[in-house]
Amino acid sequence: MTGQAIRVRGMRKRYGDVVAIDGLDLDIRQGEIFALLGPNGAGKSTTIEIFEGYRYRDSGEVSVLGVDPGAGDRPWRARIGIVSQFGQDMAVSTVREIVSHFAKFYPNPREIDEVIEQTGLAQKADARLHSLSGGQRRRVDVALGIIGRPELVFLDEPTTGFDPEARRQFWDLVRGLARDGTTIMLTTHYLEEAEALADRVGVIFGGRLQALSTPATLGGRDRAAARVSWVGTDGPRSIETFSPAKTVVDVFSWYGGEVPGLTITRPSLEDVYLAMIKDAG
Amino acid sequence: MTTTASSGGGLDMAHGATRLPGTFQVGFARARIELRNFFRETDGMLFTFALPLLLLLIFGAIFNGTVGNTDVSYRQYFIAGIIASGMMSTTFNILGSAVAVEREEGTLKRLAGTPMPKTAYFVGKILFATVLTIMETIIMLGVGMLVYGLRLPAQPARWLTFGWVFLLSIATCTLLGMAASTVPRSSRSAAAVISLPYLLLQFISGVYFPFTTLPKFMQQIAAIFPLKWMCQGLRSVFLPDALLPAEPADSWEHWKVALILVAWGAAGLYLCLTSFRWTSRNDG
Repeated sequence: MTGQAIRVRGMRKRYGDVVAIDGLDLDIRQGEIFALLGPNGAGKSTTIEIFEGYRYRDSGEVSVLGVDPGAGDRPWRARIGIVSQFGQDMAVSTVREIVSHFAKFYPNPREIDEVIEQTGLAQKADARLHSLSGGQRRRVDVALGIIGRPELVFLDEPTTGFDPEARRQFWDLVRGLARDGTTIMLTTHYLEEAEALADRVGVIFGGRLQALSTPATLGGRDRAAARVSWVGTDGPRSIETFSPAKTVVDVFSWYGGEVPGLTITRPSLEDVYLAMIKDAG
Repeated sequence: MTTTASSGGGLDMAHGATRLPGTFQVGFARARIELRNFFRETDGMLFTFALPLLLLLIFGAIFNGTVGNTDVSYRQYFIAGIIASGMMSTTFNILGSAVAVEREEGTLKRLAGTPMPKTAYFVGKILFATVLTIMETIIMLGVGMLVYGLRLPAQPARWLTFGWVFLLSIATCTLLGMAASTVPRSSRSAAAVISLPYLLLQFISGVYFPFTTLPKFMQQIAAIFPLKWMCQGLRSVFLPDALLPAEPADSWEHWKVALILVAWGAAGLYLCLTSFRWTSRNDG
């Protein structure tokens, strides 16, 4: 049986006159990968930082692993892992030194070499942090976030600045954590990242959760009109249709054979997301 | 800054019953990594160890003679002052700017997100500063003995005085340094902002110039701050009582040294408890 990792009811937060979070409700299940999407300034970071215990909500109920993060103690901190948007700090330590140092904070840490290996830093284990590339530094952040064997990991825009190959390796790492039963909450700007990783996505703007579903069904994406396109004798042609299979058969019969340049597309996660943001704006 | 002692903090998790590491255990680990990193960064080391040494040699070469109407050598007077100044440098100065940098760069935020006991961070800093200060004091005393004929005191009472002056000075300046770390607005300005009061106090507190030769108003200002009293306390350890006629009260005023250091320490502790932040200014 799986329980709730995070439960939020009516969470509110304002900075002066600006309402950052305006009554957020959210449930994240144990063992799922949940992605929170939203434009800059929509309240993503505020939300995740309240869950991490870095900021305090003004009102509402928040429970993270059964604990109010505003009153999170050391045993609670030992059960969560934070990969935030940290800087270029601790530059003169080596990867192995800093990972083994952080391991000393936890009651039951992972094996140091195993974590270094998992995060793809084995070649750099004895390199000082200032000599690492941006992507490698980010992996150190991840190593420090998971060294304590957390039940729940927060990843705040984890792959910003990664090249495509590093991003795919990182996705494999996250999937591996999830396979071991770790709950993952991530925020990201990359829609394909949410699509590749997340069991469910939530879209936040205006301080509220505007949509919540699987990546495949967000915004009725699976039921939206499909576009059948091909290259006709007089140039590119396309038809929007709710019955693409029938349309293809029709086009096939008009041509009496193979149709040049034939494609069927549905709106991408990005299309749906951008339309949502635009409608709200 | 509140934390609970972890010694009894049992924790049952799916991975097996385990205990959180203790505050002092983590504090020692913090001190170790701080010391190792400090000795890797040569500029910090130069500032800490080479600068006071050079000042000692330069001032020793420029000034000669005795202090006031006494037969106490100025050079020996100066050694006591530069040791006190070195104590303030390692604790207030180096520690204060290091904490400011760690806050701006996000190290403090990162640590605050782990189950590290918050007290362990402070334990680590105090141990780090104490080790540095002991090393620096030994170097200064060694040079003083070899080059300027300083004699270490033979009476146990004087070493007892050294003990409490040393501990009070380190505790007070460490607390003040951590409190001061919240003042600079960026990590780039941290060293400059925190050094300023330190540099000014050096000139008016009887480090470089015999205290009683300074203008009266300067003496009065200096007497408000700890460094003057640290210098005086150390003079009472390393210099003969023959110097007393050149001291402001014709006495070592030990009770005043202790009182003022404790008062500043209490102020520093209060400021740390009320204003210490784990996140930077531009981070909400």
